[in-house]
Amino acid sequence: MAQADGAGTGTAVERHEHAPRATGVAVVSDDRIENPGFPPYRPRVSDVDPVKERQNERRIFWMFLASMVGSVFAVVAYIAFPIHEGDMDSVRVSNLLLGLGFSLGLLGVGFGAVHWSKSLMDGHDLVEERHETRGKPETIARAAEIFTLGNKESGFTRRKLLRNSLLGALALVPLSSIVIFRDFAPAEDPVKLLKHTLWDKGVRLARDPNGIPIKASDVTLGSVFHVIPENLKDSSHPIEEKAKAAVLLMRLDPDELVISEGREDWHFRGIVAYSKICTHVGCPVALYEQQTHHLLCPCHQSQFDITREAAVIFGPAKRPLPQLPITVDEEGYLVARSDFQEPVGPSFWERSL
Amino acid sequence: MTATTTSSEATATATTAASTENKPAPGKGMRFVNWGANYIEDRTSMSGLVKELGRKIFPDHWSFMLGEVALYSFIVILLSGTFLTFFFQASMTMVDYEGSYAPLKGVTMSAAMASTLDISFDVRGGLLMRQVHHWAALLFVASIGLHMLRVFFTGAFRKPREINWVVGFVLFVLAMAEGFTGYSLPDDLLSGNGLRIIDGMIKGIPVVGTWMSYLMFGGEFPGEMIVGRLYTLHILLLPAVLVAMIGVHMILLIVNKHTQFAGPGRTQGNVVGVPIMPVFAAKAGGFFFIVFGVIMLVASTVGINPVWNYGPYDPSPISAGTQPDWYIGFADGMLRLIPPHLETELWGFTITWYILIPTVILVGFLALVAIYPFIEAWITGDKREHHIADRPRNAPTRTAIGAAGVTFYAVMWAAASSDLIATHFRLSVEAVTHALQAALILGPIIAYLLSKRISLSLQKKDREIALHGFESGRIVRLPGGEYIEVHEQLSDYDRWKLVSYEDYAPLMVRPNEKGRITLNTKLRGVLSRWFFEDRIAPVTRTELEAARHDHH
Repeated sequence: MAQADGAGTGTAVERHEHAPRATGVAVVSDDRIENPGFPPYRPRVSDVDPVKERQNERRIFWMFLASMVGSVFAVVAYIAFPIHEGDMDSVRVSNLLLGLGFSLGLLGVGFGAVHWSKSLMDGHDLVEERHETRGKPETIARAAEIFTLGNKESGFTRRKLLRNSLLGALALVPLSSIVIFRDFAPAEDPVKLLKHTLWDKGVRLARDPNGIPIKASDVTLGSVFHVIPENLKDSSHPIEEKAKAAVLLMRLDPDELVISEGREDWHFRGIVAYSKICTHVGCPVALYEQQTHHLLCPCHQSQFDITREAAVIFGPAKRPLPQLPITVDEEGYLVARSDFQEPVGPSFWERSL
Repeated sequence: MTATTTSSEATATATTAASTENKPAPGKGMRFVNWGANYIEDRTSMSGLVKELGRKIFPDHWSFMLGEVALYSFIVILLSGTFLTFFFQASMTMVDYEGSYAPLKGVTMSAAMASTLDISFDVRGGLLMRQVHHWAALLFVASIGLHMLRVFFTGAFRKPREINWVVGFVLFVLAMAEGFTGYSLPDDLLSGNGLRIIDGMIKGIPVVGTWMSYLMFGGEFPGEMIVGRLYTLHILLLPAVLVAMIGVHMILLIVNKHTQFAGPGRTQGNVVGVPIMPVFAAKAGGFFFIVFGVIMLVASTVGINPVWNYGPYDPSPISAGTQPDWYIGFADGMLRLIPPHLETELWGFTITWYILIPTVILVGFLALVAIYPFIEAWITGDKREHHIADRPRNAPTRTAIGAAGVTFYAVMWAAASSDLIATHFRLSVEAVTHALQAALILGPIIAYLLSKRISLSLQKKDREIALHGFESGRIVRLPGGEYIEVHEQLSDYDRWKLVSYEDYAPLMVRPNEKGRITLNTKLRGVLSRWFFEDRIAPVTRTELEAARHDHH
């Protein structure tokens, strides 16, 4: 039955020396069946039959020979099957033949060596004594003595003032290096940047990626456009701006839209624009189901209902996709009425501040 | 000091070992080799190392190969990765692609993406090395995972190997970090969306998230810095730590010596197997070539990560059915399984529970994996060294916990493909998600119960065979007309494999010297009852003799 852990007296080292290792809740019994000892060696065919031995030797030779053939083949393939510019088949052929040559070169050596070790090298099991991982008592005592001497000769624990001020100094060294990480990013405040996009009053909605502005009359019922702000091409950081300003434009029957107070003039005759950046972790919500007017994010399957102002109807996201208020200018092009009224994309700590 | 653990077992001596240790006769033409050996010896004292390690014994079992696969695929990664660095440009400077892949000619993309395309289409063997690198990376993480499962289910993490388990765990995490940083380098559409998800997750960290993302990306997402920074991590910092940790892992392997499975003659006090020189060296060296060769074969015949199909990163487009590399799947899947609408605002601050809860679950799961050896050691209170690997059935509760963990991981992992499961089997994605949410809770419980019962029944079967032998298939008709099937007894050697396992019983909770039962003891009592209440004790000598008596 389980035994209590044996705790003796003396130093930690001595305790470890004398007490046998605690067995804990292990059941130690005298009635265990005894280890029968090593079984007799069972010779392999190649140990007893010289014909088989020669056969194995020949086999291994053929494997090594195959390896040589493979390596030479790889060199030949490299030269004989070059890549021709614009020809995908030549890339495929070069890749295949070069790789097969390499493979044969490697596998021949591998299988040959393993077969050699298993069939021809000495097949007897050998035995090595195992010693407890813990070192010999003399070694441990000497190690403890060295630490004691080190402490005595340096006065590390005696000179408390020095020791404590050293520890304090060491703690401050890495602390000071933290500040140099500030310039990993530009001087601006990220919170301000995250709350604004390129959209502004009068910015035209343009097609992604060619930047051609969209007329309201181009947007037929049931169609969907991937949209960027027309001024994106003039931006000094086009990719970063696009990552915030990407918009999906759809035209629905105005009667199908449920519109909340304050948003009555955000759409134009059923044409609505929503941020394309998922409010979960920021993937583009690019899959539009025309029949149900649902938007699906392919990354984590959040779904948004466009008829209900992009409310979340499934998946991990919490917030609806922000809506871009739009109207048309005098030439009939769709334009933004303003920037988004809330930050787009994934949530962050200071989002609502 | 002597090992006290072997007292109850036979200390067998190997008569076979001595006979093979004859002095080898010096061969012909050894003059140059001798001169070389002496030259090095005079300058390095290498003979000491050879003496210590040259005839070191390695036990043999197929499952010991999994760690080797991990090590060798890492070498393949280093070799192929070095080739790639000679061509890859870790820069997000925009260039117009002018290489030989016609469909993307003239397209503006980062230098990273353009140089990836150049490696693929303008350098002979470049595509092959890219595919070798990627396949080897997938194999690296997979083999580490399987190796960890082997160590877990055989109890090879027990004293004195707990620290090496933790080192191995760190290697597992480093391997995943290497995988993810590498995956992001080509700056293609798929990897860019992977980074977008990471950015979203970092932004969800309370208080510091916004700034962490801002500093990491060198400005707003995606910025122009991230590929260069990940490249430094991928080829300098992470590999340096990885190589150092592999060194520690190997040194501790040598110090602790390898575990072995129970077998006749094998004890806690010996290692039985083949010596490094020559058998293990030939076998392991050959196996390296086999691993390399298989990776090469796969890389030359099966394409992977065709970034030219995805195109350069652009924040707007995305393809349906996007998936991470397999080893990130469990994290991505957990993000998908979280119930909806978990976000709150507190004093104007936004707390994104749908990021925080999955992160805590993932980190908690990994932390449990890392500290499991210490939990089990505390429950058993067993301070002896353990060098005989358990058969999983002989530690039913541990095996059941492992099965539950594997199931938990597998459900998270499957969830990363919930959309593909839905489209492939023509189900609704909502139904698949809800089913997986249920499976995340129920699956581990069912797996736990099943594997515990299966382990116990297998133990019972072993016990039956050890005591009464196995059915021989030989039917005998007795003089009275009765038919019986003859049971054949096992040899002592075969029986030993079935009866030589460690046996534990629940802790007897007793008051200490002060007459109190501490909370610690109580908790240990409860946990050890959970672990060892259902136990099948190994066959004893008395039982065996009684059984023999019955048969006569």
